[in-house]
Amino acid sequence: MVATVAKAPARSAASRSTPAKVAAPAPTLGGIRGRSKISRFAAFLLGTLWLVFVLAPIYYMVLISFRSPGEYLTANAWLPTGGLTLSSYSAVFDSPGIGTYFRNSAELALGTIVVVVVLSLAAGYRIVQRGSRFSAVSFRVILFGIAIPIQAIVIPLYFITNKIHIYDTMYGLVLVLGASLIPVAVLLMVNYLRLIPRQLYDAMAVDGAGPWTTFTRLVIPMARPVLAVICIYAGLGAWNSFLLPLILTQSNNDTVLPLGMYRFASTDQYALNVPVVMAVVVFSVLPLLVLYIGLRRQFVQGIGGFALR
Amino acid sequence: MAASPAVLNRNEVAGSRSANTAARRAFFADLVGVSPTIALYAAFIVIPTAFALFLSFTHWDIDGPIKWAGLANWRAFLSDPVSHHSLLVTFELAVLSWLIQTPVGMALGIFIAGTQRYRAVYAAIYLVPLLLSTAGLSLMWEDVLFPQYGGLAWLGIHAHMRFLSREWLGSPNLALYTIVVIIAWQFIPFHMLIFQAGRRAIPAELYDAASVDGANVRRSFWHVTLPQLRYSIVVSSTLVLVGSLTYFDIIYILTQGGPGDSTRVLAMDMYNIGFNQTEFGYASAIASVLGFIGILLALLLVRLSGFGSMEGTQEGIW
Repeated sequence: MVATVAKAPARSAASRSTPAKVAAPAPTLGGIRGRSKISRFAAFLLGTLWLVFVLAPIYYMVLISFRSPGEYLTANAWLPTGGLTLSSYSAVFDSPGIGTYFRNSAELALGTIVVVVVLSLAAGYRIVQRGSRFSAVSFRVILFGIAIPIQAIVIPLYFITNKIHIYDTMYGLVLVLGASLIPVAVLLMVNYLRLIPRQLYDAMAVDGAGPWTTFTRLVIPMARPVLAVICIYAGLGAWNSFLLPLILTQSNNDTVLPLGMYRFASTDQYALNVPVVMAVVVFSVLPLLVLYIGLRRQFVQGIGGFALR
Repeated sequence: MAASPAVLNRNEVAGSRSANTAARRAFFADLVGVSPTIALYAAFIVIPTAFALFLSFTHWDIDGPIKWAGLANWRAFLSDPVSHHSLLVTFELAVLSWLIQTPVGMALGIFIAGTQRYRAVYAAIYLVPLLLSTAGLSLMWEDVLFPQYGGLAWLGIHAHMRFLSREWLGSPNLALYTIVVIIAWQFIPFHMLIFQAGRRAIPAELYDAASVDGANVRRSFWHVTLPQLRYSIVVSSTLVLVGSLTYFDIIYILTQGGPGDSTRVLAMDMYNIGFNQTEFGYASAIASVLGFIGILLALLLVRLSGFGSMEGTQEGIW
């Protein structure tokens, strides 16, 4: 989990209540004082440089998405001079395919979230309870899955989904994608649920609560913060997934947004209509951007996954 | 985490019920709680892994029967100059990605671990690449780098920065490096998060002590920050290496392994041989190599980083 840094004490209040001679409070993180003004300025410069590198292509994409195809070829590529238009966005909305792709991606994300959250919650609870060897062995097997790259098993997945007739279906994709996200989700869940004090479980047991009551009355309410993190981890993984949909779906009705964008951009009609392609990409990231602004902390932990602790 | 001795006498706490019934009940609850997860995971991760390994010893074109081939695919892989080239490109991509992503991620992570308000704002913006799908950001970069009309080409033509006007993805000498930069743009924010968490976990007293000993900024970095970040360094390095050895999406979208074979990594090879040439046996041998590399590096991570000690906090199980 990401450590939350304690807010630095309000400097003005602290200096008012103490004699003026006392030095400013030390920075909470620790660090070397003196000579650090130059290095701080250097850090500011380099940090700003990276900011420009991050934002430049995004800015370019947004700007181009407001250009007409003609303006795109002639106008200044980096400054909003000349005419800006919404025509690319209306072209996106009028395209019958994009609406389907968008709906498919939303379905895939929701379905994957439900599968991953329900399964990791149930399994995480039993693993933390350490009731029997079965859950302990299961945890080891699941952890091992973090090491298996999905690229290495796409051929068998293609074969298996065909054999059990879930190839080219949304729920087939939900199941496979869910399985691929399970190891990290379970690890996040277990790491979090371990923090619930043993005494709470014991108190439930004294009151005569069985596993199910403990699960619904204690574990689910306590797990709420990590549930949000796992929702974002699974939702982001599903919304942006490319390889599994590429391998496991075929028909236009089951195409998800990333795959659809790629195919959309490669069709003759749009191959050179760059503004429309850029508008599709902007359109695809907008829902995530809105969520990100609202739920930054959960996003950070959902993105960081098991790598942060 | 504090070890809890309550584990052993939990059944006593439960009171009237006999230990035997409680154990059976717990096992039943485990069965209900864990089985669905294990079933899904076995069906779509464990069995496919074993199946991929099995297929690597066969000839198969998906329509016909699976024919045993012994070591033929593996021998072919080891003697094929085409696969040697893919292996080389894959390692080049992995090492270059590692040399860029881990150090830059560390620098940025330390930077955004700072307490100044503006750094929090920067940090929030730095993460935006992780919101974009790989397909989306590939299309974005494709158009930034587009010859003649792209953003960089425009600067090259109109702002007299001719060095920017190149075939970034169309030249065999440049394409791999361009891909490395795009992947870095996508994933450095992730490594930055690892190092931010690592830097914030370093106790301030260590810096106070170093300061008392007269250490300057550089010395405190080498003697306090760097050694304290070794766990983060191991995690970041492993994830870069595993991630880039198996990297597929951006390459598939932007170059399909080209121009020529300059960006044809192993994962791309596997996809082509499997899904375009339908030689699933040989493709599975390549997939198995990818799997081995991934598992090997992950085990190394467990060894080096103390994920093992994390497991150790679960007394008695391991």
